[in-house]
Amino acid sequence: MLNIQDLKASIEGNQILKGINLEVKAGEVHAIMGPNGSGKSTLASVLAGREEFEVNGGEVSFEGENLLELSPEDRARKGIFLAFQYPVEIPGVSTTNFLKSAINQIREYNGKKPMDAVHFLKHIKEKMKLVEIDQSLLSRSLNEGFSGGEKKKNEIFQMAVLEPKLAILDETDSGLDIDALRIVANGVNKLRSKDNSVIVVTHYQRLLNYIVPDYVHVLYEGRIVRSGTKDLAFELEEKGYDWIKEEFNSTPA
Amino acid sequence: MADKDNILEELTQSEYKYGFISDFEADSAPKGLNEDIVRFISSKKGEPDWLLEWRLKAFRNWQKMKEPKWSSVSYPEINYQDIIYYSAPKQKVAPESLDEIDPELIETFEKLGISLQEQKRLTGVAVDAVMDSVSVATTFKDKLSELGIIFSSFSEAVKEHPDLVRKYLGSVVPMNDNYFSALNSAVFSDGSFCYIPKGVRCPMELSTYFRINAANTGQFERTLIVADEGAYVSYLEGCTAPMRDENQLHAAVVEIHAAKDAEVKYSTVQNWYPGNKEGKGGIYNFVTKRGICAGSRSKISWTQVETGSAVTWKYPSCILKGDDSIGEFYSVAVTNNYQQADTGTKMIHLGKNTKSRIVSKGISAGKSQNSYRGLVKVMKRAENARNYSQCDSLLMGDQCGAHTFPYIEASNNSAHIEHEATTSKIGEDQLFYCNQRGIDTEQAVALIVNGYAKEVLSKLPMEFAIEAQKLLAITLEGSVG
Repeated sequence: MLNIQDLKASIEGNQILKGINLEVKAGEVHAIMGPNGSGKSTLASVLAGREEFEVNGGEVSFEGENLLELSPEDRARKGIFLAFQYPVEIPGVSTTNFLKSAINQIREYNGKKPMDAVHFLKHIKEKMKLVEIDQSLLSRSLNEGFSGGEKKKNEIFQMAVLEPKLAILDETDSGLDIDALRIVANGVNKLRSKDNSVIVVTHYQRLLNYIVPDYVHVLYEGRIVRSGTKDLAFELEEKGYDWIKEEFNSTPA
Repeated sequence: MADKDNILEELTQSEYKYGFISDFEADSAPKGLNEDIVRFISSKKGEPDWLLEWRLKAFRNWQKMKEPKWSSVSYPEINYQDIIYYSAPKQKVAPESLDEIDPELIETFEKLGISLQEQKRLTGVAVDAVMDSVSVATTFKDKLSELGIIFSSFSEAVKEHPDLVRKYLGSVVPMNDNYFSALNSAVFSDGSFCYIPKGVRCPMELSTYFRINAANTGQFERTLIVADEGAYVSYLEGCTAPMRDENQLHAAVVEIHAAKDAEVKYSTVQNWYPGNKEGKGGIYNFVTKRGICAGSRSKISWTQVETGSAVTWKYPSCILKGDDSIGEFYSVAVTNNYQQADTGTKMIHLGKNTKSRIVSKGISAGKSQNSYRGLVKVMKRAENARNYSQCDSLLMGDQCGAHTFPYIEASNNSAHIEHEATTSKIGEDQLFYCNQRGIDTEQAVALIVNGYAKEVLSKLPMEFAIEAQKLLAITLEGSVG
């Protein structure tokens, strides 16, 4: 589904990603871990098409297409979803209204007719149950005055509604208490299928107790320095990141 | 890196879609202004002597006055002798019914999206359309007259209800109130008159459509709305003009009188031609709008969506004379390219327990300048007056300006006055967030702007709210990056 080869990206002259290689197949869940500043969020942003980052090397293909040539909205329309680390407030626009615009633009791009109000509401209702989100939250201005937990839940709700092929969760666990964490993870798990994939970007192993990954990768200094199964996450939890750093720094580049 | 300004410029490419010129013969006065022109207009309309005298008095006042310079708009000196003060689409005899109206004229209105025929049949909106200087047709007249409601062109009202017109004309905006109202009083050509009798709720929206068509023509219309005791009316005004390189002057006066327990809702969707992307042409919109809540518990509510005009100078105001009366002002003013807007309101609290509410949402894009100017004045005997003002500005790009000039004068210690103001920018973060959900930038801007203006748009009658939403999107098409 997603194939990243030697991806390099910089922001304002600072090289952040220094050659990422990663393959994500349909149905897989990959966790990307790593210490602060290793480039995890940059990777998520570059995949979503954030323009502040300059891609200066490598290739990314999504379902056989060159992803890097597509605008952010077209990437979204092809089925890439980013759950933001810091969801953005849009005053005066309700989640429902926002999602209606989103769903219909995605449908239009894919040659489908707009979803009528009845089907849309039915669709919304179903997904509300899935992520245990309250109607009142959906009619409020998007993310405005939401608590940290509400924002993250709302991201997962949007993901559920838009049904992406590839979901990238950027530190969705940060700032969540254990209950919210469980709800968010449940939401993700219910959406897992053999056709769609998830990339979970996280600093802590905690979330991976709930969303069990097929693969775990450790990002450090803009490169994936180690890959393994979920056991790698446990090892990191136990030992921290220092041993990875030492190992990496002692190896001649 | 995305070049934000480039995208911004690209996005400001929206075209004015009402810019067609209708081709029919016009019956015009020669250019220039003097007492003879005033007499010419008055005789063209077959006016009674008292009105001619009133006009002449206004004209003499105007000659002694100076054009106001205190607002923060700038424009080249207007040569008042270079303007045509009267232009009527030529018509052989006064129309008896819609069927007799020049088909070309009807077509013009259809292009504007207000087919009078359709309006008449399908919608519940009664329309009075003013082209250049004269009122062309008033729909739904019969149905309204059954309720005793008078809704007609101003000239017709002068003929048929002279006592009412005489009683209220100039009662809210005196002829010498300001430079432009004096000019209007001298040369006003037509407009709408509306009277809602005691205890009657007008069952439909009343609407006037103004259009300037002929070149070098000023439009000086006059609207007078009188709501008698316990009456209610919702009134909407829409405006468009063709694209012309020269600037055209529009100096209207609107007066509203609300008696005891009466309520008047006045909504405007102003879309005069704003000039081209380089700032050439466009309408100078210098308008005096004022309402008086004359009786106790009366209410006047102004809602305006201002997207057009090269220069706007406009302060719909309320004089809260009756005890417990309420004045409201809801405004969205959008400026793009080289447009300038200096707009706001005046709330004058005279009566006890009077309340006013001001919600102003400015949106500036391109190289435009957008100012809010407002006065809240609480007079000595206005016990327990309350005001809440909220003035927000939204900026797009870094070449535009937003300014806020709130004036507060309270002469009574019991007054409660609240003022909130914010300035924000459409953030790249917001746009990227929308993009990431599959929403393109153009639609994202529309979504964000409509969200920002929601509180005001929700005050408009439903069908006009939808039109206003679209208009906002068109005006700002491509103005953000």
